[in-house]
Amino acid sequence: MEEQERTETIPQEKFIIEGCREGEAEQMARPHIGYVRDAWRRFRKNKVALIAFIILCILVFLTIFGPSISGYAFEEMDKTARNQGPSAAHWFGTDKLGRDLFARVWQGGRVSMLIGLTGALVSSVIGCIYGGIAAYFGGIVDDVMMRIVEILISVPYLIVVILLSVVLQSKSIGTLILALTLTGWCGVARLVRAQMLQIKSQEFVMAANCLGVSSRRIILRHLLPNTISVVIVTITFDIPGYIFSEAFLSYIGLGVQAPDTSWGALASLAQANFTFYPYQLFFPSLMIALTMLAFTLMGDGLRDALDPRLRT
Amino acid sequence: MTQADEHLLEVEHLRVSFHTYAGEVKAVRDVSFFLDEGETLAFVGESGCGKSVTSKALMRLLKPPVARIDEGSRISFCGEDVLRMDKKRLRALRGAEISMIFQDPMTSLNPTMTCGKQIMETLMLHRGMDKAAARKEAIRMLETVRIPDAEKRVDQYPHQMSGGMRQRVMIAIALACNPKILIADEPTTALDVTIQAQILELLQNLREELHTAVILVTHDLGVVANFADRIQVMYAGQIVERGTVREIFREAKHPYTWALLRSVPKLAKETKQELYTLKGTPPDLILPLAHCPFAARCEYCMPICRERMPEETSLSGTHGVCCHLQHPMAPKVEGFTTMQGGSAGG
Amino acid sequence: MADCLVEVRDLCKYFPVAGKKTLKAVDHVSFTIEKGQTLGIVGESGCGKTTCGRTLIGLYPKTSGEILFAGQDVTELAGKERLRFKKRAQMIFQDPYSSLDPRMTIAEIVAEGLQVHTNLSRKERQERAAEELLAVGLTRDYLNRFAHELSGGQRQRVGIARALAVEPEFIVCDEPISALDVSIQAQIVNLLIRLQKERGLTYLFISHDLSMVRHISDYVGIMYLGALVEYGTGAQVFSEALHPYTKALISAIPDPDPDSGHEEKKIRLSGEVPSPVDPPPGCRFAPRCAFACEACHAQMPAWEHAGEGRYVACHRWKEIKEKGV
Repeated sequence: MEEQERTETIPQEKFIIEGCREGEAEQMARPHIGYVRDAWRRFRKNKVALIAFIILCILVFLTIFGPSISGYAFEEMDKTARNQGPSAAHWFGTDKLGRDLFARVWQGGRVSMLIGLTGALVSSVIGCIYGGIAAYFGGIVDDVMMRIVEILISVPYLIVVILLSVVLQSKSIGTLILALTLTGWCGVARLVRAQMLQIKSQEFVMAANCLGVSSRRIILRHLLPNTISVVIVTITFDIPGYIFSEAFLSYIGLGVQAPDTSWGALASLAQANFTFYPYQLFFPSLMIALTMLAFTLMGDGLRDALDPRLRT
Repeated sequence: MTQADEHLLEVEHLRVSFHTYAGEVKAVRDVSFFLDEGETLAFVGESGCGKSVTSKALMRLLKPPVARIDEGSRISFCGEDVLRMDKKRLRALRGAEISMIFQDPMTSLNPTMTCGKQIMETLMLHRGMDKAAARKEAIRMLETVRIPDAEKRVDQYPHQMSGGMRQRVMIAIALACNPKILIADEPTTALDVTIQAQILELLQNLREELHTAVILVTHDLGVVANFADRIQVMYAGQIVERGTVREIFREAKHPYTWALLRSVPKLAKETKQELYTLKGTPPDLILPLAHCPFAARCEYCMPICRERMPEETSLSGTHGVCCHLQHPMAPKVEGFTTMQGGSAGG
Repeated sequence: MADCLVEVRDLCKYFPVAGKKTLKAVDHVSFTIEKGQTLGIVGESGCGKTTCGRTLIGLYPKTSGEILFAGQDVTELAGKERLRFKKRAQMIFQDPYSSLDPRMTIAEIVAEGLQVHTNLSRKERQERAAEELLAVGLTRDYLNRFAHELSGGQRQRVGIARALAVEPEFIVCDEPISALDVSIQAQIVNLLIRLQKERGLTYLFISHDLSMVRHISDYVGIMYLGALVEYGTGAQVFSEALHPYTKALISAIPDPDPDSGHEEKKIRLSGEVPSPVDPPPGCRFAPRCAFACEACHAQMPAWEHAGEGRYVACHRWKEIKEKGV
């Protein structure tokens, strides 16, 4: 009965064999998504990393504009308002010389961020070049270069910093960055080398070799672009390391010198009166902790977002 | 033939979807089948047709939230609803009652444990054996899968073995608890031809000895001809044709099955003759597909095929096909079977 | 042979391994390939067929022997000469997933060789890439896609287009189909055959799949543990195999007929390919061979002439042939 109905409703010309059309089964159903857009989409899905990213944006904004928002200059002293708690006039309170802490925290943030960013960037660039050369040429070149790295890594950086400040007779930010990056690139170099060795063994590098592509171009066009995501992630994990190192050095008095300041220096200054004025220690410490946490969480999200193999 | 309600495994309206950035990928679209004790069922189809996903769904191996078994699906094993099992019951099911072997034996064995330990672990966990008894049983299992010098091999690590040996160890682990069902997902694809033949023969002998039901997942129809009892041809997440081996090889009715049969590699008489090919690639399962999924690649495509989804036509108790060519108004076409050799109609 | 494009004489490629041993991946292999023809090399994994192809194309330095390309030894080339050889000889790779750079678009991948070998502008290169893609059956829509957006078969076709773009005469196809579905394998083989007819290409086709090799090859060489064991035209080798190993390989092809009953007559090899580090003395196949006698275990068989254009390395091939086993 039902069969009968079907026969009636479908016209006979629907049952003429016409075969498949050329190219019909090769059409792409999914829209084309560029690499950056795709990575951003995956990053956005990781809520924790997204929040970390937003916190970082706020922190960066405040380190840039913070000192001018409060209406006080960071080195301006006010004898009448010493050691005041947070109030409408001084949002984070003042220190023992009557300087506005809000302005000082963000001024210090500038130095901390600057050291963190340049430190990580410089060591990544050096590490990339060094690791890339070692991996591409391999053999004895690789062996010698990696032994050098191992020796450098075994030198404690505290000794390097003290020696440098003695030799250069200065304790400027430049010296600090130099001291920190002098051995800091070694980790990146190792990582880049390992990653590149893995990529080098892939067939697409072999194919480029077959085509007669030059070594320089293979490194620039194939090896580097495929390591860049690893490097970006390393940078984000390295930045909090540098910020912390700077804070630590400033805390023990080897870092930034007055009147300039940093989060570490602020914390160092505040610890003497910690029991009476805990807020003086609280704000710089909070910023150090927040920055480190945010960078680490964002690095996690970036690592997942930049991996082209994870496409869900 | 057993009664309908006594099947070892029964799957009804199984639907599995993956939630990805581009939308919902419907990997398995309303698949129903059953498996009886001691029987071998083969899932055949190209990569991405949902055959592996179906077999993984049977053991609930798919990871939520990306993969989801949709509402209305039912999987019953010995009358028990697999989809409603709690974690504890599921653990007992996996390995002890249904077990699985995979394509790549290197990645599915633990490289830091000796092969013997890996078999013993399963035995101690599921069969409650003590160490000495488990070791003895492990050696016996290795002998069962025809590994020479089992006493010595039991203490070796996977990397000390060749690909074929590792696959044998995988089979030994899978069979350690005497499961009722063994799922073999492309068990020979990663192996060399001569080793492939050995493993297939081993699986066949073991099945007869142990009376285990086997689900064989493969893209190569040539492999199943002498191995399976029944075959299900899958395409775009659906079963397009099902039948006994003879029905599929001799009386296939779906153009896709014909195409698969024709692409089975054979030793040709002539050199450099054009081989038969299936044009294009399978459809992206992100598409809704309201019509026959094979239409775009089908030599016998009719206007109706681009408009409606065909329903299953039952040709015998075991043979069913989803194709508009079965409609009474459709023209009669000669298909392709292995009987006719290389000449295909059309 | 006047039209001989590739000639390999006594090629050896050894790799040092831990413990001062050597892995003899390719051991005294000799063959020739005529212009416009295909030599198929068949063997199980670890038999050295891939190493053989890579050494031939210059990816690995040889240990000893000669590789003549159009009469010229190409193993010692440097600079411009070497670049010219690379334009004439290309390679297609096994793994369609790792052989395309995941960070490059299809257009960039296909045009890469053009940048090295021609002076075309960026736009012209793009045009040529589109032409080559069309030749392998892919439309312009694919130009700006990335490799991961394509299926396995489509990726393999991109790999072919990349090799074709520099207009080579000789292509080493290193297991181009073994990672693909059976239904897609035929697409690639047909494409290779068509391109050979249209452009007069010469192929070295490496595979472990006898039935596909049979389709594409004029000549076939069977390799076992670093050495050739049999060589002849496709028809000769497949209809009348001389070496026991070849016979075993042929009978290992699964039979697509459920009622054939061939299963019982099949020769099943026991054991697996031994390690090419320290291979057994004598015939390398002897430990797995059903016909092995004392001589086989003691002495390496010679590379014997066995009729018109045929060679075999087996002590007992004449006996086996006469008895008709």
